[in-house]
Amino acid sequence: MFRFLTRKLAYGFAILIGINLLTFVLFFKVNTPDDMARMQLGGKRVTPDAIEKWKAERGYDRPLFFNEKEQGIAQVSNTLFLDSSLRMFAFDFGRADSGRDIASEIVRRAGPSIALALPTFVVGLGVSIVLALGLAFFRATYLDFWGSVLCVVFMSISSLFFIVMGQFMFSRVLQLMPVSGFAPGIDAWRFLVLPIAVGILSRLGGEVRFNRTLFMEEIGKDYVRTARSKGLSESRVLLVHVLRNALIPILSASVAVIPLLFMGSLITESFFAIPGLGSYLIEAIAGQDFAIVRAMVFIGSFLYILGLILTDISYTLADPRIRLQ
Amino acid sequence: MQPVFLLTDIFVYAILLFVLWYIWQVRSNRNLRANWRLAMKRPVAMVSIMVLGFFLLVALADSIHYRQVLPSAPSQAKQYSSEANSVLDQILQPLAAARERSYSEPLSAVAFRKETFERDGVSVRDYPRLRFGGQHLGKPEVQLSEDVSRRTVFALGWGACMVLVVFVLGLLMATISSRQNLAVVASKFINGQTEWPWRSMAITFTLMTMAICWVVFLSQGYHVFGTDRTGNSVLVFAMKSVRTALVIGGLTTLVVLPLALLLGVTAGYLRGWVDEVIQYVYTLLASIPDVLLIAASVLLLQVFIDKNQGVFETSLERADARLFFLCLILGITSFTGLCRLVRGETLKLRELEYIQSARAFGVSTPRVLWRHIIPNLMHLVLINTVMQFSSFVLAEAVLSYVGVGVDPKTASFGVMINTARAELAATPLVWWTLTTAFGFMFLIVLSANLLADAIRDAFDPRTRLRSASSSAAPTQEVAA
Repeated sequence: MFRFLTRKLAYGFAILIGINLLTFVLFFKVNTPDDMARMQLGGKRVTPDAIEKWKAERGYDRPLFFNEKEQGIAQVSNTLFLDSSLRMFAFDFGRADSGRDIASEIVRRAGPSIALALPTFVVGLGVSIVLALGLAFFRATYLDFWGSVLCVVFMSISSLFFIVMGQFMFSRVLQLMPVSGFAPGIDAWRFLVLPIAVGILSRLGGEVRFNRTLFMEEIGKDYVRTARSKGLSESRVLLVHVLRNALIPILSASVAVIPLLFMGSLITESFFAIPGLGSYLIEAIAGQDFAIVRAMVFIGSFLYILGLILTDISYTLADPRIRLQ
Repeated sequence: MQPVFLLTDIFVYAILLFVLWYIWQVRSNRNLRANWRLAMKRPVAMVSIMVLGFFLLVALADSIHYRQVLPSAPSQAKQYSSEANSVLDQILQPLAAARERSYSEPLSAVAFRKETFERDGVSVRDYPRLRFGGQHLGKPEVQLSEDVSRRTVFALGWGACMVLVVFVLGLLMATISSRQNLAVVASKFINGQTEWPWRSMAITFTLMTMAICWVVFLSQGYHVFGTDRTGNSVLVFAMKSVRTALVIGGLTTLVVLPLALLLGVTAGYLRGWVDEVIQYVYTLLASIPDVLLIAASVLLLQVFIDKNQGVFETSLERADARLFFLCLILGITSFTGLCRLVRGETLKLRELEYIQSARAFGVSTPRVLWRHIIPNLMHLVLINTVMQFSSFVLAEAVLSYVGVGVDPKTASFGVMINTARAELAATPLVWWTLTTAFGFMFLIVLSANLLADAIRDAFDPRTRLRSASSSAAPTQEVAA
């Protein structure tokens, strides 16, 4: 177990280094600090002095990979790449173009993101499992057929539609809840109900269908036939035997998603003006702030790798046949 | 006329050639033919193919670009217009030229908001007449509904005539070729007992013809789907968006396919360090959140375009390059799933006896891959490709909303939704732009999804047995 974990962690570290290199090349080599300064300061009539000053303020005036002015090890270490990368692995992301510290901003914004993403995920998972189990119970009837058709229809509707319609129906026509915005503390629920409902609804079709196929696959197995031939009722077979076995792949697949919940939902957050990480990113993209985007890429990949490792572990915990090697 | 080949045009033609080549392959391969036959015998599949086919025709008409000759004196050299037009532009020209000043409701003769203007020398505040919509009417408030219903009846009559002619011809052809009694053929057709799902196809054909006829006839005098803020016809914009949606879906698939197949197969077959490197690359790409990678790349492209203004001659070419680049990036971010799948399957296949014996006979590695491994992976690839198509179409709308999608000047459903979003806050409500965009998108995505389902059922060995046995027993099919 320990050896397995260290190997996985080492691999994850290697991936993170690769990502760091990739984003650095994308953001600093293809799009040089000069370009960034010009864009931030605005227009084409920027003086070279202003660009130099802007770069010096952010430490972007150093060479990218190799510093010829320095001696020995400092030739490599006193460069933009190594310095910013090392800081990044210590979760120090520097300052955004607006001057704020990125790391503390991310911590501050993670709260609303989780408040939105976690209920969406948990409730959505529960609802989709219940519905899929229902379809599996009524399999090969009209209910199952039309339920599956409905799933495909839901899958074909753009998630933007649910957002737009939800805001329109519940906030404007019925005036049940605010259109958008956010309040700290317990008051937040009024702002969160609609985004959560929309988030669940827009993913429901695909998830129900996927879970239904898992259940159907499980129902065809031998142990289910045995359970039936013992004289167990259909509901008992489904709820006890099938459900427990089908939950293994469903939950293991979910584990990979959990860390990414911290990233928040890009679209929902910006539509409902929730000050989470998703809207932070959208603002950064709109404002072309590469420092924030790079930091977010790094955190996102970090969480993804964490999810992968957790998935491996949860598989072995759930299914004793799989051994860690 | 001077033909213009945009970057994406060339790839649209390439996709078309590729599809034709594939059809030729299917015709000469018995196994593939049987699978496709199984898929196409499902009514759902044929119906979706027809709907998709219509959109495909629209997209193709929008992919043939040319520059028109400008009128000039006979002694001068020929002058070409600086903007490229497509065949679809030419067809929609009357509607596109019929611009209003601002919003107008579908099938309306007056503008959407009241304005102050002079009528008979008196200044009044009322809904002004439109320049194009209902211009032929003397008193729109009385005549409008009568005129619309008259045109509707006329259009449906025309549609019915066309459908009837096609039906009669089709039935006659079927009677002659099957050497049966006309009554027998007709009763089989009506009861849906034909080998191919002719009845469902006929119903779809009828509905489509009627709808198209109705839109065409009413477009002679009205804006059928209303006009947007700048007074442009929503119908024209939606039709132009069809190409963008299909190009995003198709072109991205064209990027994904070779990349995933090549990398997946080599990784799975060669193993060793090649496998390690390829695995590292796709884990790397998969671990960056998709939207982020796309956003970063599109931002960079924007910087590049801003820096090199001279590279693209027209704004259309610039927008087109961005569309092409978006497909490229979308493909690179989404090839990882299929690549992993192909690698796993190749790992399994390479241990099988027929591959082992091919190797023992001294067949070269590329030949083993091309002749023995790839054909046995094609069902996986095909299923995945069709299933991804619709997700790309949906992704475009979301990306355009975030601002990292297609160029804002390109007609696309995402741009349409994005611009229409602000209108929801207005009272009275401007509902038609959003409805049209979502409606068109829903039709495309739904038919793509249904087609993907039918293809998966026919090609996936796990589900194929089930669907084959159910089509053998027609009573069971009715029950399901």
